[in-house]
Amino acid sequence: MAHLSFFKHIASVGLFCALAGLIGCASNTVPPDALLMKEPTTEIRQRQARRYATTDEKQVIIAAAQLLQDLGFNVENSEKDLGLLVVSKDRSAVDGGQVAGQIAVAVIFGVRMPVDKEQKIRASVVTTLSADQKAIDVRVTFQRLVWDDRGQLSKLERLDDPEMYQDFYIKLSKALFLEAQEVG
Amino acid sequence: MFANRFITFFLCMAFAPTAILCGCNSAPKVNEAEVSLKLRSIQTRSYDTTNTNNALRVAMATLQDLGFVIDNADADLGTVSATKLDNAATKMTITVRMRGKTQILVRANAQYRLLAVTDPIFYQQFFTAYSKSLFLEAHEVDTAAPGL
Repeated sequence: MAHLSFFKHIASVGLFCALAGLIGCASNTVPPDALLMKEPTTEIRQRQARRYATTDEKQVIIAAAQLLQDLGFNVENSEKDLGLLVVSKDRSAVDGGQVAGQIAVAVIFGVRMPVDKEQKIRASVVTTLSADQKAIDVRVTFQRLVWDDRGQLSKLERLDDPEMYQDFYIKLSKALFLEAQEVG
Repeated sequence: MFANRFITFFLCMAFAPTAILCGCNSAPKVNEAEVSLKLRSIQTRSYDTTNTNNALRVAMATLQDLGFVIDNADADLGTVSATKLDNAATKMTITVRMRGKTQILVRANAQYRLLAVTDPIFYQQFFTAYSKSLFLEAHEVDTAAPGL
């Protein structure tokens, strides 16, 4: 009887472990709609791009690099022959409101919620000669990754704030001594 | 009876983490892809142009249009890599190279989180947008042809 009971234990544990093993190995699949490429709206393109009346692409890239350095970015990569500049910066993501919320939740429910701690902001600037070959089109796109205080990635997002782009081009226009035109 | 159940439960709890870890052997997966000719064909198009620099610039513009931020590009080697962050990370690499004297081959591959993207629809969408920007018609590529 004792033997039977022992085998029962072993069988139960074995079954449980097999299930656990399967769960551990369950592979993720790509959600069918996750990769749908939505058509870009003209609005987004207009927000992200400007045209400058110059044909000196190198000068535009240098001005953009200097401006991004002013904004605290480090150059990660560049390719003059393709008109590309890639930059990034690491900053704190601590938000007073979020911390206050964390404290409130901890007091009421006794649970410690994670809060944002660090962020990496990335940007790429791409320059191209306009179709009529008389101007340079500049397009910048920003995105960020945010980690919480447990070291987990909490946000992966494109940055779409129109003011951010506007501010970038006001400064770039000043650096280039040229007026920016919208690209439609 | 209760004691027996308790022992079973305790053993399960004790072995579960080990079983979960053993269930997944973390292989390096370097050579995981037996790249099928079908997948290569899904990821490749040819275009009637010889301007690789323009093809790469259009690739960057298309990726920006589709919400990607460019990570890297090399005009000499004909590569562009970009990442899209939209709750999850999608990473894409485009390579452009000459095919004979009148055509270029454009190949795209992508990963979503930790998974290789093999869905033909994804690549079709990319090449539709890319062809529009390049003002050229994409040709399906014969995977058995030399040079691919």
